[in-house]
Amino acid sequence: MLTPEEWSVLALSVSVAGRAVLVGLPIALAVGWTMARTRFPGRTLVDAVLHSSLFLPPVVVGLVLILLFGADAPLGKALASVGIRLIFTANGAALAAGVMAFPLMLRACRQAIESVDARLDDVAASLGAGFWDRMFSVTLPLAAPGLIAAAVIGFAAALGEFGAVITFAANIPGETQTLALAIYAALQQPGGEAVALRLAGISFTVAIAALLLSEALLAYGRKRAGA
Amino acid sequence: MISVAVERRLGAFTLDVAFEGPGDGVTALFGPSGAGKSATLAAIAGSGAVTRGRIVLGERVLTDTATGVFVRPPARRIGWVFQDARLFPHLKVEGNLRYGLKRAPLPHRIAFDHVVDVLDIGHLLARGVADLSGGERQRVALGRALLSQPDLLLLDEPLAALDGERKAEILAYIQRLKADFRLPMLYVTHDADEVRSVADHVVLLEAGRVVAAGGVEIAPGGRRAATIVGRDGDGVLLRVAGDVAAGERVDLRVE
Repeated sequence: MLTPEEWSVLALSVSVAGRAVLVGLPIALAVGWTMARTRFPGRTLVDAVLHSSLFLPPVVVGLVLILLFGADAPLGKALASVGIRLIFTANGAALAAGVMAFPLMLRACRQAIESVDARLDDVAASLGAGFWDRMFSVTLPLAAPGLIAAAVIGFAAALGEFGAVITFAANIPGETQTLALAIYAALQQPGGEAVALRLAGISFTVAIAALLLSEALLAYGRKRAGA
Repeated sequence: MISVAVERRLGAFTLDVAFEGPGDGVTALFGPSGAGKSATLAAIAGSGAVTRGRIVLGERVLTDTATGVFVRPPARRIGWVFQDARLFPHLKVEGNLRYGLKRAPLPHRIAFDHVVDVLDIGHLLARGVADLSGGERQRVALGRALLSQPDLLLLDEPLAALDGERKAEILAYIQRLKADFRLPMLYVTHDADEVRSVADHVVLLEAGRVVAAGGVEIAPGGRRAATIVGRDGDGVLLRVAGDVAAGERVDLRVE
């Protein structure tokens, strides 16, 4: 059904988006928990900064990443000295996609934690459970459906990310050319509309599947939380 | 024996209470809403910092602001039961009951089967907590707290969410727990009937302060219990709980 080229683009896209979620979700969860369960000065400001990639043009996010992780940038040099290069690589594409998807994952994680009755934490503590014990035996299991939904939303967003990825990681077939970038590349070719349309169909199918999965998980979570 | 002396500021409200509870039996913290009863329990449970004070349970100092001692809630070994049972919704009844038991240091002096038996919850073990009635939830919450092998049980208006019939039922279970497990309990309520039926000692709270402490007779509508301790000719010698001044007239009613 799909050509080998299409398979490889799909596989790269899934791998890039998967890496973005794998690294981004734990960070989003840690920050989301902190936002939901603690109060500290400057909280609103931190919240705004963490959501900034939602409001900035993606190309600006790509530019910021170049300034931070480019070959001549301080962080880029530090990583290069331990053999890690991000710019123009699949990992770099994952970073750009992950930064763009972060606010969405953060929001979903925070809501997932907020949906868990914080007073159950007091009960668990009185029953002898320490902080991490309570986290893994009460908070995370109850937040799980919301967290899985957060992963799916982040995955779908990372899969579709275009501007930040092409700015930071460029459009290199087989390395950083994800579905969105391949569609763009096809449209640059005369008569490439048919190829682009097929790729768009693949994109659409993957995104819809991801969103349906997240809806199903949320419905399941609500049913259980209504207990 | 629990000894509490704490000061805690919560917005405009200041809690400043000091009392002692015996190492056995039920001590009621009695007073109107907003008297600071629940805030006192929270201080004892270690939830929220106290401004100043000292809390000692048996030999263990749990809080002492003068020396900087603060035992974290998981290490306090104090069971806490709320009016809304607060069962874990993702665990079955048995999972709820065993939550604290699994985490309690050995040896366990309060056995699983014994608690299940006393509270009549054996038939509920495999059930999800969503299917339980209000009274059943509260029995499971009591069992869960007991099985964490606590040195003290805090009961925060455990009957407030129940209707009249269920209230009497849970009250009877609490009396059975009292008789069976000989565990000190602090029982918060604003209902004088509950105090009379379950408490051995009473601490009266009002506006964040202890206004009186003593036997059940100090609860509104309470009666002094008189015990016949001997005979004197045709008369009997009575001992009356509480302070009675020499020559004071005491109304006596024989039932």
